[in-house]
Amino acid sequence: MSLKAFHVLFITISSAMAFGCGVWGIRNHLSPVPGPFDLWLGVGGLLAGVGLIVYEIRFLKKTKGQSYL
Amino acid sequence: MEIPYTVKARPDTGLYNAKVGLWLFLASEVMLFGGLFSSYVLLRVGAPGGLWPRGWLNIPLGTLNTILLISSSITITFAWAALKSNQFGRFKVFLGTTLLLAITFLGIKSFEYRDKLSHYQVTLNSGQVVDGHLVERTADHLVLHGVEADSPKAFLDRRSREFRQLQHEEFKLATAEVKKVEAYKPRMNTYLALYWTMTGLHALHLVGGILVMGYFWGPGSRMWHTAPEHFTNRIEIAGLYWHFVDLVWVFLFPVLYLL
Repeated sequence: MSLKAFHVLFITISSAMAFGCGVWGIRNHLSPVPGPFDLWLGVGGLLAGVGLIVYEIRFLKKTKGQSYL
Repeated sequence: MEIPYTVKARPDTGLYNAKVGLWLFLASEVMLFGGLFSSYVLLRVGAPGGLWPRGWLNIPLGTLNTILLISSSITITFAWAALKSNQFGRFKVFLGTTLLLAITFLGIKSFEYRDKLSHYQVTLNSGQVVDGHLVERTADHLVLHGVEADSPKAFLDRRSREFRQLQHEEFKLATAEVKKVEAYKPRMNTYLALYWTMTGLHALHLVGGILVMGYFWGPGSRMWHTAPEHFTNRIEIAGLYWHFVDLVWVFLFPVLYLL
């Protein structure tokens, strides 16, 4: 697996993690005892997840000629 | 003697030798960290209800560190891509940025470690427990800035309403009334033992990566002028290792900081 392939995998997992953090933050913010940073983490996580997917698509387009091996 | 297959792929594996070696090494690393993550899951699932600490770590700092490491994975990939397109100047900028991001991560982590090492839980002869950061310690008294409760259980869930209602203040405790003093070190409880072991091992991996990348950014970069393809492969190998280390953190952050 080349650096390109591992990078794509890494960004995919990071994006999933960012969405997970986003959901965690929003859920905690809506709970009876919200923490001071829950809303920030929730919104930031969801935005970061979207941002990483956009970056991944652009990265894949730019490295079309590179091998995955 | 020349080492074979440093640039061209070996016919039987289809890869240059360093890449095969690195993936074998990463396989052993997966087993090392996999074992620790499995220990975490088993110990956490086996812990009696309500006795697992929650909210003990600084989420904003952990989030910032996660952003730094994800960014460093992007910059090291750009550094490799710059070499692929013969842009040595851009490579230097991107690898230098990766190094700065990694060093900043370690700086923030060491701040978190320092915070934990100055955090104490003091049990008094009366049964009361004071939890907070050490302000002063002399032979006859101890000053802590923190909170007081009837039992150490009150400090387990720091996201709970009960904990948040506790008043933060300064406590001056005479040594004669102190029964036990415990710092937030690995021996305090299972959670902290796992936290220190997993993040400490991860930090050691980061230090290793920083040393290798520092060499490639500095004296090692001379190789670009004599063997550019070989050097590009070396950066790819460093990038693969760095991605693995970052991936470990991407799992460590939610497991230790959020859940």
